[in-house]
Amino acid sequence: MMDYVNAFWVGGLICVIGQILIDKTKLTSARILVFYVIAGCILGGLGIYQYVVDIGGAGATVPLLGFGFNLAKGVMKEIDESGMIGILTGGLKATAAGICAAILSAFVMALIFDPKEK
Amino acid sequence: MAKHIGKQSMRFEKNISIVSTASTVGTKEGEGPLREYFDVILQDNLLGQESWEKAESKIASDNLKLAINKANLSPQQIDYVVTGDLLNQCCGSTFGVRGLKIPFFGVFGACSTMGEAMSLCAILIDGGGAKNTVAGASSHFCSAEKQFRFPMDLGTQRTPTATWTVTGDGAAVITEGNDHPYITGITTGKIVDMGITDANNMGAAMAPAAADAIYQNLQDFNRKPDYYDYIVTGDLGYVGKELLLKLLKEKGYDISKNHMDCGIEIFDRDRQDTHSGGSGCACSAVTFAGMLYYKLRRRIINRILFVPTGALMSPTSVQQGESIAGIAHCVVIENQEVCQ
Amino acid sequence: MGKEMTKEQYSKMVEKASPNSPIVKNCIKAFIVGGIICTIGQIITNIAKFYGASIEEAGTYTSVILVVAASILTGLGLYSKLGKFAGAGSIVPITGFSNSVTSPAIEFKKEGMILGLGAKIFIVAGPVILYGVLTSVIVGIVYYILG
Repeated sequence: MMDYVNAFWVGGLICVIGQILIDKTKLTSARILVFYVIAGCILGGLGIYQYVVDIGGAGATVPLLGFGFNLAKGVMKEIDESGMIGILTGGLKATAAGICAAILSAFVMALIFDPKEK
Repeated sequence: MAKHIGKQSMRFEKNISIVSTASTVGTKEGEGPLREYFDVILQDNLLGQESWEKAESKIASDNLKLAINKANLSPQQIDYVVTGDLLNQCCGSTFGVRGLKIPFFGVFGACSTMGEAMSLCAILIDGGGAKNTVAGASSHFCSAEKQFRFPMDLGTQRTPTATWTVTGDGAAVITEGNDHPYITGITTGKIVDMGITDANNMGAAMAPAAADAIYQNLQDFNRKPDYYDYIVTGDLGYVGKELLLKLLKEKGYDISKNHMDCGIEIFDRDRQDTHSGGSGCACSAVTFAGMLYYKLRRRIINRILFVPTGALMSPTSVQQGESIAGIAHCVVIENQEVCQ
Repeated sequence: MGKEMTKEQYSKMVEKASPNSPIVKNCIKAFIVGGIICTIGQIITNIAKFYGASIEEAGTYTSVILVVAASILTGLGLYSKLGKFAGAGSIVPITGFSNSVTSPAIEFKKEGMILGLGAKIFIVAGPVILYGVLTSVIVGIVYYILG
């Protein structure tokens, strides 16, 4: 049960940081997403984000920080296993499922739906 | 012939009559405080068209025809149609006017377009170059969002200073004749850029241009603000209004009693969640064609200074960090005829 | 008429006149919605693990399911409503990434399958992938040299 509570507050807190950035700096959502991916990747590379994941579980991996973290983790794992070429293959390999699912479902939805007015 | 007076103004010497107007608005505007004044309130903002852009052109086309019809004229009797919109290369107007077979001037003044179009029609008539003209402007919330901001379905929040683009088209048939109200003068605004770069704060970008144009109008015609029943700006919204009043006060004019902003009038901020107010070419165009024309015709008001305001920029210029240039055009509209 | 106002003076005046975002209210909403999305993620992860998935596989299933769900909600026009309420709460989770891919795909399909849908599908998410991959390569280079 505790893992759900932790996922809730860690994930919520990461979103609150994003909200403060949006409201205080007028950053658009695209910039927020870029910022989070880069931050997650760097924190992942430094080995810091693993601690956040250990506490928050999905609360740390579901936000885009986790996407960046997975990129970094994938690269390091590939380098350990296959050497230098892992620099190029590791990142996208680790995140392939998410990206592919996003592209595929977006395409299908675009075929089915028309834009909706706000 | 018109007389150039002061620095930026013209006083007309013919009776340039606004014989009819037509206003078509979208569903949200149709739920707003001005709903009773509009001719057509759409049930579906797509009008059965394939895209937002096509819908905007259809609105423009239908509304222009309605205005011409209400003036008891046929499109063949119109010498010029002068219209504009917010879409790239003025496509909203182009494809709206396409089927009408009327000589066409497409104009761009961002949300000040209605003022620009009315000014040009008045000049055409006063110079003897035309008898019957139509001025119009259109915008569509969805096509504007798509072009200037984000896809409709992207989940983002709007900032408190953001405005809501009005869906609709406002048109006025302007002819030489003896039926009130009349366009008696214009003050053409110059571009005023105070360095605002936040595309979500258009009111702030446009307020200095509006202040400049209104100041110049009062100077050129040697009038006090209370000469006008209303001084009506286009789409400054709540933020822009506050700035305009302050700017003009610093220049020695207090217009707080008779100032009105179409962007504030057209929506109910609390009920309709429109933040700083309405905007877009159609905002001032439909407010004029609807409420203001109604009140002028019935002599509830007799003199207004109509000042549509525009934020001149493109998505490219904003992305390149260029500031947003403001403009505002004053059109003096009075029930008193110029000559007998 | 007095002295012309400078841009700096005007900028101060604008700042005073422009209302700020209701940041506390926005943060509470972002916290709750973001928290709920992550909790749903945790539920999916735990279910996947229960059926024998490894931690990595479970994470992948979680991402995929959330991405597809957000994409469907986007198509139905519901995700933009959620986004208006939640702000960063629905932008920052991977569901927001999915929304940023699906929404331009839907919006720009009128401009054709290739140059509309095809080219514009990544107008928001493209930079995320670009800078994410770029950073991961840099992390990889550093890791390779130090490792």
